Amino acid sequence: MGDFFTNLDRRWIFLGMGIVVALPMLLGLSFPEEPSDMVRDVFAAVDTLPEGSNILMAYDYDPATKGELEPMAAAFTRHCAKKKHKLYFITLWPAAVPMLRQNIDILESEFGDDYTYGENYVNLGFRPGNEGVIKVVVTDLKELYGNDVNGQDLQKIPMTRNLKNIQQMDLIVNVSAGTPGAKEWVQYAASKYEIKMVAGVTGVGAPALYPYVPAQLTGLLGAIKAAAEYEQTLIDAYPEFAENPATNEALRRMGPQLIAHIYIVALIILGNCIYFTDKRRGAAR
Amino acid sequence: MKRTVPLCIAALVGFVLILSEFIPFAQSWGRTAMIWFDILAAFAFVLGGANLLKIHLLKISSQRVGWGYSVITVAAFTITMVIGLGKFGVTPSESFPQFTWSGDYLQDGSGFWWMYQYVYLPLASTMFALLAFYIASAAFRAFRAKNTEAIILLVTAFIVLLGRTYAGIWLTADPLAWLGQTLYGDPQALAMFRLDVVVEMIMGVFNMAGNRAIMIGIALGIVALSLKVLLGVDRSYLGSEE
Repeated sequence: MGDFFTNLDRRWIFLGMGIVVALPMLLGLSFPEEPSDMVRDVFAAVDTLPEGSNILMAYDYDPATKGELEPMAAAFTRHCAKKKHKLYFITLWPAAVPMLRQNIDILESEFGDDYTYGENYVNLGFRPGNEGVIKVVVTDLKELYGNDVNGQDLQKIPMTRNLKNIQQMDLIVNVSAGTPGAKEWVQYAASKYEIKMVAGVTGVGAPALYPYVPAQLTGLLGAIKAAAEYEQTLIDAYPEFAENPATNEALRRMGPQLIAHIYIVALIILGNCIYFTDKRRGAAR
Repeated sequence: MKRTVPLCIAALVGFVLILSEFIPFAQSWGRTAMIWFDILAAFAFVLGGANLLKIHLLKISSQRVGWGYSVITVAAFTITMVIGLGKFGVTPSESFPQFTWSGDYLQDGSGFWWMYQYVYLPLASTMFALLAFYIASAAFRAFRAKNTEAIILLVTAFIVLLGRTYAGIWLTADPLAWLGQTLYGDPQALAMFRLDVVVEMIMGVFNMAGNRAIMIGIALGIVALSLKVLLGVDRSYLGSEE
């Protein structure tokens, strides 16, 4: 038995991971979430703004991180729409344009009565230049954005006609999977021009952004766990969201996450048991 | 000349950007420099595409090891570019119905949209999801309590792994509430030891302190390196002399 585990083919481990992820999904296993103080801070940053505030929705992620970040982005979009804020969608990632589109689809399908393109939301799309784009739009948006993603002149769109720069935003909401992303928005826009900002990032990206909280970054959501807590807070504050299954996307994903984490802990323990058994056998010889 | 001109441009633009941060009069110069940068960045996409083609076509022509993958790369690149630029399946926009190409290349149902939704998206998601399998394998084979540092890392990993799920609350909330009630008459007395709270403490204190130290170190390094680049001492970004 000991030799079986010592020489365990990694395909058995892969199979185990596949099963522990698939089972909770198939069984619809989910758990309640208790929002942390950090999540409450992020929620309050959006919720306490007066109705109709200007919010820059900077979504910088691509399909690779869609599984982790999309529920977070969708929760932000729904929350902002519930508060009837004016939303300006923008991205620094070329592959993120369809991600903006998916969030706009949420506005059109769930908040269609309150949201009209050009009056309540606008899609500015992508511009190349990474942080260079931030440095320009923060002082003069129209130097770089003459038109929206559909090629429509920003002067002809009611909500962008008098928009000079990003400093007119009441809040920046950034969902980021790397560079350029939250760090660049903090360094070149939020921190320098004292614009309030909240961010949602991947689990591996979160530790590097904690130093900016709370002075330069009001709050930070890290990984699917924080997204689930945000969804729970949203449902607690606005119970009508509970009826929409799409609002529980991160909560649903916490089931497989819990079992997978326990599986990894079990593997570490098993690996160490084998290590110490082998070591003792070696010493005995 | 080939190296002097780029050196002068880098130094000039670098100093202009520094001045624009400190002198209000020079702010517009900095903005102009950044707009030039953004325009150049757009051209970099073309240059990047051409470079990719050059490298892989050379690999195919010389039939170096793995040239078959280069064929796939070139084919994928060409097909994507042709479908995207050709706007296959795109209907004209409402504003300009007389122009066939006036529709958005990412329009629902278009060729490029189809490739994004049904090729790029699943492939990219799959690649990222594979991480879970490799992490599980690495956890089993490499995460050993060999010394004190490894033990600290292991204990922290356990706390974070369990604390970042409902297991953290489930395992510690009720037992600690009972213990707090029994020992101090207050169920919240030991709440600070709940795994989810400990995780927040690890992230907000130990992680933050460590990351701040690293960031300050990196920032000082960037200042020193930037000065060397602007003064032309470090020319490595220009490539080799040949």
